[in-house]
Amino acid sequence: MQATSRNFKDNAHRALEDANLQKAMGFVRTGFIDKRKAAADALPEFEALRDAARDIKNHTLANLDRYLERYEAKATETGAQVHWCTTAEDARETILEICRSVGARTATKGKSMIAEEIGLNDFLERNGITPIETDLGEYIIQLRKEPPSHIIAPAVHVTQDQVEADFRSHHKALPADRSLAEPQQLVAEAREMLRQKYLDADVGITGANFLVAETGTSVIVTNEGNGDLTQILPKIHIVIASIEKVIPTLEDLGVILRVLARSATGQEMSAYTTLSTGPKRPDDPDGPEQYHVVILDNGRSAMLGTEYQEMLRCIRCGACMNHCPVYHAVGGHAYGWVYVGPMGAVLTPSLIGVDQAGHLPNASTFCGRCESVCPMRIPLPKMMRHWREREFERHLNPPAWRWGLKAWAFLARRPRLYQALTGLQVRLMGLAGRRRGRFASLPLAGGWTEHRDFPAPQGRTFQQLWAERKRAA
Amino acid sequence: MSGERSSTARGQILGAIRRAVKRDGTDAGSAVERRLAEHPEGPRVERARLPHEALVALFVEKVEAVQGSVARVDSPEALPEAVADYLKRHNLPTALRVAPDPALTDLPWQEKAPLLSVSAGRAEAADAVSLTGCFAGVAETGTLMLASGPEAPTTLNFLPETHLVVLRESDLVGPYEEAWRKLRAREGAEGPGGALPRTVNFVTGPSRTGDIEQKIQLGAHGPRRLHVLLVADGEG
Repeated sequence: MQATSRNFKDNAHRALEDANLQKAMGFVRTGFIDKRKAAADALPEFEALRDAARDIKNHTLANLDRYLERYEAKATETGAQVHWCTTAEDARETILEICRSVGARTATKGKSMIAEEIGLNDFLERNGITPIETDLGEYIIQLRKEPPSHIIAPAVHVTQDQVEADFRSHHKALPADRSLAEPQQLVAEAREMLRQKYLDADVGITGANFLVAETGTSVIVTNEGNGDLTQILPKIHIVIASIEKVIPTLEDLGVILRVLARSATGQEMSAYTTLSTGPKRPDDPDGPEQYHVVILDNGRSAMLGTEYQEMLRCIRCGACMNHCPVYHAVGGHAYGWVYVGPMGAVLTPSLIGVDQAGHLPNASTFCGRCESVCPMRIPLPKMMRHWREREFERHLNPPAWRWGLKAWAFLARRPRLYQALTGLQVRLMGLAGRRRGRFASLPLAGGWTEHRDFPAPQGRTFQQLWAERKRAA
Repeated sequence: MSGERSSTARGQILGAIRRAVKRDGTDAGSAVERRLAEHPEGPRVERARLPHEALVALFVEKVEAVQGSVARVDSPEALPEAVADYLKRHNLPTALRVAPDPALTDLPWQEKAPLLSVSAGRAEAADAVSLTGCFAGVAETGTLMLASGPEAPTTLNFLPETHLVVLRESDLVGPYEEAWRKLRAREGAEGPGGALPRTVNFVTGPSRTGDIEQKIQLGAHGPRRLHVLLVADGEG
């Protein structure tokens, strides 16, 4: 996928003016947060499970080579064909070769962020194989020729009315006067449209939420059942998974599953969690005859042993973006690549370079909500700060920005001067804003005040208030 | 040639990982071997550690919480009537595709449910209703665990709009740890180093999607209805 992360500021600007997007994002701001909280509160062991999940992945990453070898050995023993790929290009070529080996014309697809990362759909299409997205959200954005805007709800930026319009313009064979006013009618129509495609496809491509080393198994977690129809009906099932998906045992899978769905959608379990091991057995009445697993690095091994290693614990639940005020305001497309919100702000610079994606780690207020809800306890704000440091070291920020930071650093290292100046500033702003209590515009802060007012300080700084409180106590 | 590319890539990836994790020479990987051999359990989840009747109640509560339904059936012989009842009550087609499992196909369909037309096999596109067995039920979350095999085609779990599942009470377990033990015991029965079944499905309620404005709709691509027939088999 072509990255537009460089244009984050323009993208964000446009997003704030987009009425449809703002309406759609309204559903995100409320739904996910309450559901996750209710699910977490209903399980007394939830926090202990988060610790255990973090520890499982830390242990796995410290021994990643060994677990990958064990996974490969066991998967091969059970009849899987394992393909290793260092780059996106390798992975695309490998998948194309498998498709061509059976003369495939269509490939159904379960939702896979790795497939988005390597731009698989466009590539297959250019090579004469029609990719068919089957997850409802992915199906909608495929019709709209858009990238996903959320890692588990790819069409979260689209309103119901837009879906209706898209279906009417693409499903021309259906009666024009049919009713599509209810979401259930839209779901039923997509179900109907895709049914025959599942049956006709030569190849089914899915991602993997996990690879289990102990048993050589790949695991997908879905709600619609599309991933399962994708992988059991065609002759060939291809799994594409990145190297950090491996976990040691079935028990470890159980621990992580208990935090995954609760963090993602507030469900205790997603409707379907499916373990696949090898191709169909000789006496099985159904299932794929060939089972291929493509293991992709694409920049991840380079994160090991760096300050970004902990990002490789991520299980792609989406809780960080669901709780992020910046994501809520601008939506996923503004981030300009596959991974969005706080996890995207850390992962995107790692995978495509901080020169491309330097704006993303800056698009955070460091409020810390992402880290507080991350089931794998990934210190996202800390890592965004590391990226800001890298960006500064490499002189990637514009000159005005660098001068501003330098001036601030000068002051911050001289506490008396800092307190005197901020005390004066806050007093003056408090006086100037006394009547209205807020500012509609401020010099040097036009970008900030364009979309909201700046609250007027009440005359004293935090440090002054703190000192008073200590004296009073 | 993809085989060559793959083995070059394999060396590069594993080499890059080894350089990055910087283990000292004394670490021979015994922690990895131990973990794989002993598969230690995580934090103990208390919710589903219950006596049998309470476990059944929890299972039913959890299935219903995700829009599935459960009927308790006294004996396997009563299954045909229970199935016919359910289909009639919901005004569903009477053609039933049954998993090719003698425990299901040998039930007294003709005598007890003469109006149903029963055939065995994998699911085809036109099948509206399926009936399958079930490897285990996990009470902790109201989850069904279905394992593929000659007598259990996976297509039956996904293609039809209505999926009926026969679960014996003796196959009900509490937490996930018990489910893994049961799965591993089955694997052991096929000899050491035996494989898991091709597909193991954990099914928690009927198919759903929230992809349109976050409003949950049932029956996205998999079954719209999931009905569990919980059979008392005297081993609970």
